[in-house]
Amino acid sequence: MEFTVPIGPQHPALKEPISLRMTLEGEVIKGVDIKLGYNHRGMEKLAEDRSYIQNLYLTERICGICSFSHTTCFAQGVETLMEIEPARRGLFIRTLVCELERVHSHLLWLGVAGHEAGFDTFFMYTWRDREIVMDLLEMISGNRVHYAMNTFGGVRRDIDELQRKKIADSLDTLTKRTEYYLKIGSSEPTFVARLAGVGPLPKQMALDLCAVGPTLRASGVPSDIRRDDPYGIYAEIPFEVCTSDLCDVLGRVVVRINEVLQSYKIIDWLVKNLPDGPVKVKAPRKVKPNEAVSRYEAPRGENIHYIKSNGSDKPERLKVRAPTLANYPATVEMLKGQFIADIPLVFAAIDPCICCAERMVELRDQGSEQTRIVSFADLRRLAAQYYSVDRLQHKEVEWPL
Amino acid sequence: MATIKPILYFLVYPGLMFLFVYSTFVEWVDRKLYARMQNRIGPLHTGRSGILQPVADILKLLGKEDIVPEKADKFMFSALPVIALTAVCTAALYLPVWHYDVARITYNSFPGDLIVLAFLLTLPTIIYFLAGWHSTNFFSTIGGVRVLTMLFGYEVPLYLAILSPAVLADSWRLAEIQKFYSQHPLLILPNLIGFAVAVVALQAKLERVPFDIPHAETELVGGTLTEYSGKKLAFFRLMADIEMVVGSGFLAAVFLGGFTGGLWIGFVKFIILTLFIVFILATIRTVCSRIRIDQMVVFSWRYLAPLAVLQLLIAIILKGSMKV
Repeated sequence: MEFTVPIGPQHPALKEPISLRMTLEGEVIKGVDIKLGYNHRGMEKLAEDRSYIQNLYLTERICGICSFSHTTCFAQGVETLMEIEPARRGLFIRTLVCELERVHSHLLWLGVAGHEAGFDTFFMYTWRDREIVMDLLEMISGNRVHYAMNTFGGVRRDIDELQRKKIADSLDTLTKRTEYYLKIGSSEPTFVARLAGVGPLPKQMALDLCAVGPTLRASGVPSDIRRDDPYGIYAEIPFEVCTSDLCDVLGRVVVRINEVLQSYKIIDWLVKNLPDGPVKVKAPRKVKPNEAVSRYEAPRGENIHYIKSNGSDKPERLKVRAPTLANYPATVEMLKGQFIADIPLVFAAIDPCICCAERMVELRDQGSEQTRIVSFADLRRLAAQYYSVDRLQHKEVEWPL
Repeated sequence: MATIKPILYFLVYPGLMFLFVYSTFVEWVDRKLYARMQNRIGPLHTGRSGILQPVADILKLLGKEDIVPEKADKFMFSALPVIALTAVCTAALYLPVWHYDVARITYNSFPGDLIVLAFLLTLPTIIYFLAGWHSTNFFSTIGGVRVLTMLFGYEVPLYLAILSPAVLADSWRLAEIQKFYSQHPLLILPNLIGFAVAVVALQAKLERVPFDIPHAETELVGGTLTEYSGKKLAFFRLMADIEMVVGSGFLAAVFLGGFTGGLWIGFVKFIILTLFIVFILATIRTVCSRIRIDQMVVFSWRYLAPLAVLQLLIAIILKGSMKV
């Protein structure tokens, strides 16, 4: 007997609202329907009436975890449009913050994965160590989440000798602990039994469905924008692209922990080779009409910003393609044939950041499934009508949604 | 004394008062151990080192809004928490804490009370299933079905495991079993395999990590208890605490020599032995991740059940050699 189960828009396994409708046969998933649009904030439209420098702070707020990846991606695109070369020391500090952000994002994800698998001890330990990275970020930028470090032509704050020493010292502790997590994550019997073979994504399928980031790398594809299309100073930095041939959730855990270890090496290299000089160059306010695409390897995968300028100090169009969106088609395939118990694990394994990926809302009639375009005034009127007192009194509560 | 003793027995020790106080204390110990092993601090503010936190939790739940779903079976939905609490409190009366007079057979100490106690400890599991089923919520129903599936996994190993000390002591009466083992403490050693099996099965019975499959938060929201709130949820919470006390007391009586030696020494022994078992349970909870329901059943039948049978064989062979 087949039946449909709604996971979300509100569910303890989901940290943000999204609706996954599962068609089940017993405990086995037969089909998945992902519905987006619960967290749309109209960021792209907002970007059109703000100046470039204001947009830096807007793009920072696209995501609460990989905030720096969006500003860097945007700044790189605008720097191309402005035809300026960022200061070299600024680029080093920018990359340093990028890698610290990757570390904190991956450690956060590890904790979430542990929690989804019911391994709360792992969750507590990784989040404790994430605090070290958060403290470093606070020391460098003054903020824990939205660092506000980027500006066109470099970064806003410099780092001094003491800070460099502090970063190098913290890396020792972090490396030791992360190696321990790699051991736990790949050898603790109940944890491995829970992750191995779950959410399979074969290499060819991952390529066909355009998966990105650690999800793709865990299927054995060595794809990393930092190496394939180097931006900033990544062409000079020695590092390895971590892959795994396991093609399952366990592989994604291993890839992420290995990436964290690689990030420590990159941070170490950056701190040792930090050049002298200014941290930023002067950038113009207005930008000539042109367009640019900027690519960036965010912790979750490839992040793309498209910016079109029109000669004024505001962009004509900003388009953001967050990595989570690229991983949705693969998630649908990964979930098919799995058990109910695996839903949170498989879904969490792409490290979903739902609000980053929401770019539009579609209005759809419930019966005819027809879509239409309405103005904002009409939308308000519709909402007022829907929630009128009359309707609320007679409406029977329908569950599931 | 003869009339006062049963009243004290029901109401004070090991009756309702002791059970309430001690079970909340044990929950605090469990939470504190779990937290310390996870590098956290745990409850801190209510009472000294947060010792009153479980009581505060239950009192707060008692004052919360009590919702019964429209589509649920009203009578069953409301009656089940009470029945569950009654079952575990009744089970506590069979713990051999205050009746050492092996010669006299009383209402709570008779040949076969081992099985009665084990049966009363099974009731909460059935009640969990019924509670999930009568809530009619999807998550509750799935949780209820998982409760039953798990029952088929751990119940047989548990019963086989508790049987072997009984076979060795040649009695199915808890008071006699504990007397036998306190006279022959070395004979506790051959039962260690059975003890290990029983502790793991108790962990499954209490639905704690790695066996918290029926109420896996990230999969099934609240599992069987998704629809429960307020007083009814408080009853279930209290029941789970008392079940942990009675379950560990049961294992201590059967495997670890029990609580002989008079009221006060027996009392101290009871506290020490139950806390020891709670410590093991908390450690298991810390170091494991939740497993899947099919993995749980396979684990029970592939490892736990054969080990329990092996334990029974050891007990029988030992018994035969002792007679010669």
